[in-house]
Amino acid sequence: MADFIIETEKGKWEIICGLEIHCQIISKSKIFSGASTEFGDDVNENVSFVDAGMPGMLPTLNQECVHQAIKTGLGLNAIINKYSEFSRKNYFYADLPQGYQITQFQYPIVGEGFIDIDLADGSTKRIRIERMHIEQDAGKSIHDIDPHKSFIDLNRAGVGLMEIVTKPDFRSPEEAGAFLRKLRSIVRYLGTCDGNMDEGSMRCDVNVSVRPFGSNEYRTRCEMKNVNSVKFVMQAIEVEAKRHVDVYENGGEICQETRQFDPVSLSTKVMRKKEFAHDYRYFPEPDLPPLILSDELINHIKDELIELPDAKKNRFVNQLGLTSYDAMVICENKEVAEFFEKASQGRDAKKVANWLMGDFFAMLKKKNLDINSSPVSPDNLGKLVDLITKDIISGKIAKDVFEIMSETSEDPEIIVEKNGWKQVTDTSAIETIVDSVIAANPDNVASYKAGKTNLLGWFVGQVIKQSQGKANPAIVNKLLREKL
Amino acid sequence: MSDLTDLTIAESLSKLKSREISPVELTQAYVQKLNDNHKYNAFVTLTAEKALSDAEEAEKRYANNTNRLLEGIPLGIKDLFCTKGIKTTACSHILDNFIPQYESTVTQNLLDDGALFLGKLNMDEFAMGGSNETSYFGPVVNPWSKNTPLVAGGSSGGSAAAVAAKMCAAATATDTGGSIREPSAFCGVTGIKPTYGRCSRYGIVAFASSLDQAGPICKDVRDCALLLNSMAGYDPKDSTSSKREIPDFSLSLGKDIKGLKVGIPAEYRPDGLNPEIASYWDKAAQILKDCGAEIININLPHTKYALPAYYVIAPAEASSNLARYDGVRYGLRVDGNGLDEQYINTRTEGFGAEVKRRILIGTYVLSAGYYDAYYLKAQKVRRLIKNDFDNAFQKCDIILTPTSPIEPFAIGDTKMLENPINMYLNDVFTVSVNLAGLPAMSLPIGLSQNSLPLGMQLIGRAFDEDTIFKAAYHLERGANFVRM
Repeated sequence: MADFIIETEKGKWEIICGLEIHCQIISKSKIFSGASTEFGDDVNENVSFVDAGMPGMLPTLNQECVHQAIKTGLGLNAIINKYSEFSRKNYFYADLPQGYQITQFQYPIVGEGFIDIDLADGSTKRIRIERMHIEQDAGKSIHDIDPHKSFIDLNRAGVGLMEIVTKPDFRSPEEAGAFLRKLRSIVRYLGTCDGNMDEGSMRCDVNVSVRPFGSNEYRTRCEMKNVNSVKFVMQAIEVEAKRHVDVYENGGEICQETRQFDPVSLSTKVMRKKEFAHDYRYFPEPDLPPLILSDELINHIKDELIELPDAKKNRFVNQLGLTSYDAMVICENKEVAEFFEKASQGRDAKKVANWLMGDFFAMLKKKNLDINSSPVSPDNLGKLVDLITKDIISGKIAKDVFEIMSETSEDPEIIVEKNGWKQVTDTSAIETIVDSVIAANPDNVASYKAGKTNLLGWFVGQVIKQSQGKANPAIVNKLLREKL
Repeated sequence: MSDLTDLTIAESLSKLKSREISPVELTQAYVQKLNDNHKYNAFVTLTAEKALSDAEEAEKRYANNTNRLLEGIPLGIKDLFCTKGIKTTACSHILDNFIPQYESTVTQNLLDDGALFLGKLNMDEFAMGGSNETSYFGPVVNPWSKNTPLVAGGSSGGSAAAVAAKMCAAATATDTGGSIREPSAFCGVTGIKPTYGRCSRYGIVAFASSLDQAGPICKDVRDCALLLNSMAGYDPKDSTSSKREIPDFSLSLGKDIKGLKVGIPAEYRPDGLNPEIASYWDKAAQILKDCGAEIININLPHTKYALPAYYVIAPAEASSNLARYDGVRYGLRVDGNGLDEQYINTRTEGFGAEVKRRILIGTYVLSAGYYDAYYLKAQKVRRLIKNDFDNAFQKCDIILTPTSPIEPFAIGDTKMLENPINMYLNDVFTVSVNLAGLPAMSLPIGLSQNSLPLGMQLIGRAFDEDTIFKAAYHLERGANFVRM
């Protein structure tokens, strides 16, 4: 990957960036209480006495969340720590009922790992994961209902989160974007997080600093909290890095602080200076014993692990002959990959991939549908490719068939049958048309014979036209060459 | 016949079963006592009417032989236990008029066994104190007071005083650093703090989660066995509660103690120890020896560090546990201009001086830069204290010490009030047990020259309450203490 260099009149600068991603765990109930995690319910409906921080209430760990975290850790190629601890992170806020967040501090459940990302130039890069821990989410404060009052919704309070921290391995906005897409793809494959950044089920904090290109130093970084789309993360990195360069080149200093990215003005502004940073007074959570995981459990989850995007991609390249790029695009989304596997079963996978990434994706985009609600089933897409491969229809007719399939969901074989679009491969039938075309156009025949051989295409066109598109072009070509 | 309130629970149950007395008569007798003794300020909330109607139900159960373990026994409940539909304040202004919609596991267990609740008992605010003088509702008066009103001890002062003055058959209490044992000693009654994890902490307003443990305060040892059997048990709602089976403690009563090794720790007999208390200690050892026990000198070398370690760990946890009292969701709210001001106003008005002091200490010892020097160091001391006991229990089966270095003192004692450390020093014999998570009982040994009760403490191995009950039975008989 070509490095992303910020070049000014005064010099060249390199970006150093790390990400912290909060992923909401998919689980039926909250991480430390039995309350439901359903969204869309009325405000403060899914709130247990524990979530509301009532006196004497105690947390109990939801094993489902632990399993989801282990699964995710394995998906990040990371070490699963058999010993981990919960800690309290203490701070006051109205939507934090206990006055502390139960999280993991010194001993997280998941240790170091990595994700390989694919970049546009075809290269890959390994991004190292520092750690991942599990914790509870806070509630929501709503400030825009009343000018003098704030309202609190605790439905989200206590929902399980996985916080993934990367090493400062990103050198460009593109790498960060590729990482987030890959991470999202992995957690969706695993079913551990739905990965919807716009709904806040995946939230990203971005740490950025810059350094003169070629140096090894680490300069002061700034953190931008809760950047909520891949695009915004990429923009935030770029504008924040440029701000740093600007400050340094004008003789200033960068202060460690928390900033907020504004996607409208494409700028960042200070949220909290370091001197106002919270002292969270972490200490081990006395209400929960340390979390001890057995090899048995970890291995059990490992055995149940489904094929992840990288493995699938490699298989598609090595066994099905797809290009690395095609395989990456198809594997990013689990449903797409599954659709593709069904459609390509026993067929030329490359041809299926071409149809999938060409007309099929274009159709979904045009109709604004996701793959699960596609009017064209994987079976029917496969059958369409079969019809072409077996010379039953031409590529041109296939486009018409696909058009109908995407409207009616019909079987392409039936569409071809109904419309009488079967390609004519009967040589004698085609010969009759060839003969009549030759007979009807003596001038062109003469020109052709005189050496204007590019008229062959015209003759082919005429024959196919007369056959209403059904004549097999290869046979038409062959016969014309023979007879002219 | 003599006053029904003179009867122990065991005696009452046998008379109830033989239909010699009825639950309504028994309850009426206690309600009468209760009403005659408001001067002790032991109860803060009365539920006598409900108790009387429950007594009628109990009567039916005796009539149709469906009576349960504690059917119709009128109890007092420390105001730290959340009781469904009954005001629960932890004797703090900040929980003004808080009515829980849930029942603590311990009180639920008692209800399930047929016990009746006469009301909620006074205590030090949030169980922080050793004299019941920090209660928002004012101090409890020790029923043994002569001319000057004396403290009942704390924090379970209401529980101990109410049992001593026969205002209830027995009471629930909690013990974080001596809060069951010290008031028991001061009021001439018997109380046991079981092993950490025996009783569920669910629904008990938390003070210091790693130290808090519920237990009963009763008229005698047998009643303690009865009540603890009802209160204790594994609870999935408290992750720190133990799955160990609960033996029938009363089966230990009357077993002989020939050859039982009773440890006498040298560190608990400093030069300045009150000679009266020292001589009762010798007397207690002699009683056990006369019953066939072997007296062994042991060492608990880190004892002198226990008190400072306790007064770091307990406030640290308390500072976090009490963060939830913020005026947002329940209890007292004192409005202010903005959220921070609301917090400040609410907590300034809602908490008393001792609670504020401990929140400040706790916040300080957990702060960045101080954590290692205080909290972490205290945790290391805690480990050493536990090791001390482990080593001692290699040599002996049970440890005998005085419960308190002093006898009950006057309410408003200037020495105690002018320096909180003087008050903390009263816990010197009790806090180690909490740090090590061990079971310990206090039972009356005799009266001082001032005719005030003094108590002895029996400390057992973790989950070996049986040996405590076994030894306590003989000590109780030998001491032949005459209840009020």
